Amino acid sequence: MIEVKNLTKKYGNHMAVDHLNFCIEEGQIYGFLGPNGAGKSTTMNMITGYIASTEGTVVINGHDILEEPEEAKKCIGYLPEIPPLYFDMTVLEYLKFTAELKKVEKKKRSAMIQDIMETVRITDMKNRLIKNLSKGYKQRVGLAQALMGYPEILILDEPTVGLDPKQIIEIRDLIRSLSEKHTVILSSHILSEVSAVCDYVMILSHGRLVASDTPENLAKLMEGENALELTIKGKENRIKALLKEIAEIEEIQVSSSEEAGAVDIRLKTSGNADVREQVFFKMAQADCPILKMQSVHVSLEDIFLELTSEEKEEQNAQEDVAQSQTEELTEPDNENQEEEQED
Amino acid sequence: MLTVCKKEFRGYFTSMTGYVFIAFMLVISGIYFTAYHLQAGYPIYGYSLSSITFVFLIVTPILTMRSLAEEQKQKTDQLLLTSPLSVQAIVGGKFLGLAGVFAVPVLLMCTYPLILSSFGTVNLKMAYASLLAFFLLGCANLAIGLFISSLTESQIIAAVLTFIVLFLCYMMNGIETLFSETASSSLMAFVFLVLALCVLIYYVMKNTFLAILTGIVGEAVLFILYSVKSSLFEGAIQKLLDLLNLTGHFDDFVDGIFSVSGIVYYLSVIGIFLFLTVQSIQKRRWS
Repeated sequence: MIEVKNLTKKYGNHMAVDHLNFCIEEGQIYGFLGPNGAGKSTTMNMITGYIASTEGTVVINGHDILEEPEEAKKCIGYLPEIPPLYFDMTVLEYLKFTAELKKVEKKKRSAMIQDIMETVRITDMKNRLIKNLSKGYKQRVGLAQALMGYPEILILDEPTVGLDPKQIIEIRDLIRSLSEKHTVILSSHILSEVSAVCDYVMILSHGRLVASDTPENLAKLMEGENALELTIKGKENRIKALLKEIAEIEEIQVSSSEEAGAVDIRLKTSGNADVREQVFFKMAQADCPILKMQSVHVSLEDIFLELTSEEKEEQNAQEDVAQSQTEELTEPDNENQEEEQED
Repeated sequence: MLTVCKKEFRGYFTSMTGYVFIAFMLVISGIYFTAYHLQAGYPIYGYSLSSITFVFLIVTPILTMRSLAEEQKQKTDQLLLTSPLSVQAIVGGKFLGLAGVFAVPVLLMCTYPLILSSFGTVNLKMAYASLLAFFLLGCANLAIGLFISSLTESQIIAAVLTFIVLFLCYMMNGIETLFSETASSSLMAFVFLVLALCVLIYYVMKNTFLAILTGIVGEAVLFILYSVKSSLFEGAIQKLLDLLNLTGHFDDFVDGIFSVSGIVYYLSVIGIFLFLTVQSIQKRRWS
C-alpha cells in the first residue's frame, strides 16, 4: 500500500530523517513512536507530499508522491499536528470547502459531509465559527477534514494531543472504528496510546527506525530482561549466600532498603525460569521473612526508553570515533574537497 | 482551481477587508470623477483613472498581504498542498480570487462613463479601453503582491515589502530621469547591475566560481559592446527601467491608443509573477 524506500530529509547539516525503509499493509493501525524531534512529523509530511524528500521515494498504491502527486494524494487523508483550519469559516462551510478540494462528486457531497459529521460527532457544531470551538472540537473538525472523500489511508499526526482524558478515549475509539475501513498511521510520543490503539509499532529515534513489530512481539523480544524484585529481612551476606545456592539465578543486585533491617534485591534468572517458590522456601527455612516479592515485566515503555537511549549512546560513541577519525584525516579530506570543487 | 478561487473570494467578504477595499476604491474614484468630469466637464474618462493609479500603492498590500503569508502562518497550506491539487492550481485560484474582488469596484466604475454620456458626447470606446487597462494594471499589482506574500510568514512584512516595490515601480519615471541619457552613464549603470547580479548569485547559490565567472563575462561583453558600438548604450538604462514602470504603460490607453504591447506587457507581468509564486512555494517544499 505504502512503500517507503531510503527516505531521507536533511535540513542543512541536520539529518531529520535518516534512510527510512518500511512498508504499510492494508487494514491495520500503525503507530509511529518516538521522542520529540525523532522525525515523526517530518516523515508524515513527506509521505503526504507536503514537503519533498532529500533522497528516497514514497510510493502510494503504485503512485510516486513526487511524480504523480495528484493520484497519490487522492488516497490519503492527513491530519497534521496543528489542524489546518480556517478560523473565519463555520464548520459546515469548512467541510464543504474540503469536500470540493478533495474532488468529491457534487451529488455525494452533502450526504458525505452529513455522514462524517455524525462519525466525529460535530453535527451540533455545524453552524459555529471554527475560531469559537474548543480544542477538542477543532481536533475533530480536523479529523473530519482528513476523512473527507473516504481516502484509503488516514495519516494522523498526534491526534490526541491537548485533549482531555474523556476526549482521548473517544478519539481512540473513533480511530479503532475507522480502522475497519481505512488503513491508519498515527504518531505519538505517548506509549500507552500506541500500545492501546496500534496493531503495529514503529519506534523512531533520531530519524532512524530502531524497531518495528507488533506491541506483543516487541515485549517478547525483551523478555530475557524479566526480573524479580524482592525485599527480604535479614543480613545481606547471608541472603546473598542463600540465593547463590539456587542454580537458576544468574544475577543478584543488592541495595539497601527503606525498611529497617531489610535489603532490596533484584534477581535475573536464566531462561526465564520461575524461582519464586524456591526463593520462598529457602528464605522461610533460614528465618528470613520475605516482605515483598514482585515479578517485573518489561513494558513498552521500557523498550522505548531502552531503544531510544541506547541509540543515543551508540551515536555518541560513533561521533567520538568519527571525530577522532576526522582529526586524523583532516588534511587529506581538505585536499579531496578542493579537488571536487575544481572538477 | 475554482474551489480555491471561490474560497478566497468569499474570504474577503466574511471579513471587512473586501468591503473596505471596495468602498475605498469607489470613494477615491468618485471624488476624482466628480472633480474632473462632473464639475470641470472634461469628457475623457481615462484622465481621472490615470490620476488614481496611486490607490494601488495603498490597496494592493492590504488585499494581498494575507493571502499566502497567513496560510503559512496558520499551517493551512498543509491542507492545500496535501490535497489533490497542483501548486499551479492553488496559486491560480488565489490570484483569480484577488482579481475577482478587484473586479467588483471596476465593474461599478463601468457605469461612470455612462453617467457622463448623459451630459454630452463621450468616447465610450476610449473610456472602456482605459478601464480594461486599469483592471489589468491592478491585476499586475496584485500578482506582484501575491508573490511577495508567498515569501514570508508575516503579513506586516509582506505588506511593507509590497508597498516598497510598488512605490519604486510608481516612481520609476522619476528614477529614470536621474540618469543622463549618454552612453557612458548607461554603461556605468550596467556595470553596477552586473556586479549586483554577481552578489545575488553568490548569496543564492553559494557558488563563488559561478559568481565570478558571470561577473567577468558580463563586464567583458559590456565593454566590448561599448567599444564596438557605443550608440547602443544611449538611453539604454532608461529602456531597461521602463520595463519596471507599471503605470507608464497605462498612459497610451488614456490618450486613446489601444496599445497591444501594453496589454501584452501587463499579461506578462502577471504571468511572470504567478510563475515566481509557484516557484517560491515549491522551493520551500524542497529546502
